[in-house]
Amino acid sequence: MTPLPYRVVRKRRENHDNWTLELEPVAESIDPIGPGQFTMLYAFGVGEVPISTSGDLETSGANLVHTIRAVGAVTKALCAAGPGDVLGVRGPFGNTWPIEEARGHDLVVVGGGVGLPPLRPAIYHALAHRGDFGRLVVLYGGRTPDDLLFRKELERWRSRLDTVVEVSVDAAGPGWSGSVGVVTKLIPGAPLDPDDAVAFVVGPEIMMRFTARALIDRGLAPERIWISMERTMRCGVGLCGHCQLGPTLICRDGPVYRWDELAPLLGVQEL
Amino acid sequence: MRTLDALIVESPVFKGLGQDELELVAGCASNTVFAAGERLFREGDPADTFFLIRHGLVALDAYVPNRGQLTVETVGPGEIVGWSWLLPPYRWHFTGRAVELVRAVQFDGACLRKKCDEDPLLGYDLLTRFAQVLVSRLQATRLQLMDIYGDKHD
Repeated sequence: MTPLPYRVVRKRRENHDNWTLELEPVAESIDPIGPGQFTMLYAFGVGEVPISTSGDLETSGANLVHTIRAVGAVTKALCAAGPGDVLGVRGPFGNTWPIEEARGHDLVVVGGGVGLPPLRPAIYHALAHRGDFGRLVVLYGGRTPDDLLFRKELERWRSRLDTVVEVSVDAAGPGWSGSVGVVTKLIPGAPLDPDDAVAFVVGPEIMMRFTARALIDRGLAPERIWISMERTMRCGVGLCGHCQLGPTLICRDGPVYRWDELAPLLGVQEL
Repeated sequence: MRTLDALIVESPVFKGLGQDELELVAGCASNTVFAAGERLFREGDPADTFFLIRHGLVALDAYVPNRGQLTVETVGPGEIVGWSWLLPPYRWHFTGRAVELVRAVQFDGACLRKKCDEDPLLGYDLLTRFAQVLVSRLQATRLQLMDIYGDKHD
């Protein structure tokens, strides 16, 4: 439960309010983190927040990569940190993307807004082990072109012959030559076999609800759709109850859930 | 090369169309191509056509003073562009622009309206199919209005 000190070694601005930090352990490191898991990042003297890993776990070694949106006091302090600054890290917490469930099948990854970073380690894994999967389809939606994350990387993935990347934005000016509309509109035309596909979805809850609905309309079985949940988290180990959603504690039992198991809870107001 | 009939009946909106109806619809259709950047139609102009997109992306643009041309939606392969031909005052609500090379089947809306007037069964069938197009556009617009990528911090 005690944060370990990690030093910022690299920092990259992703868009107007998102930054990616690479951290290396000052001395002792946390256990290896898996795709979909998160750490509690501590800005000393300000506070602690849960942040998913967004790095390439095949190559990052003991270093941690986190993409953070500067929206509150803690995340703004984290994003203000630069190379040489030290942050506290606890974790890793939560479960991982069910990569094994997807192995041998088409994998469709759907991200909305700042939902792409938690999916990125799973995408890196699929790209590094491309032969283990069927078709790899990455669908990403954002408000405007300026809000998109990892644009260069999306372009690089799209240039591969074995990967489909489609991006759509809600509104665009003259400089945008891609799709306009919410990310769900990309699902009907996505090249995948609905009988043999597994989907990983991350975004705001409402986006995940409509995306799951569109995937099911396309023919995917609800038990082949996985989402990653976000709730206020404090302890990260299932003790404080801040992240409770009905009978489940997201930090302990999640954040990755099968759609058919979680959907009934998401339909309950005030939960 | 596939015939116009095949292109039409294989599209989601016309799927399952009977042979007689297909012949009536295909009689008002022709193949067309637009280069990237070319306009398919302009906001406010008479709407006597609609398009079934075979290849490429069409942007529906609106001009907003001080902000320029904004794209409110794009329409891609298998989808229909245009329903203004169906209902008075038969004028385009947006400007249609080819984002890239677009191949499409173009339908003469006035020709189809005349056939629908003469054959109410065909009219009812087409109206039902276009109602689906309208519903799907309405749902997409609602999702855009809901700003589904936003969160409580905004």
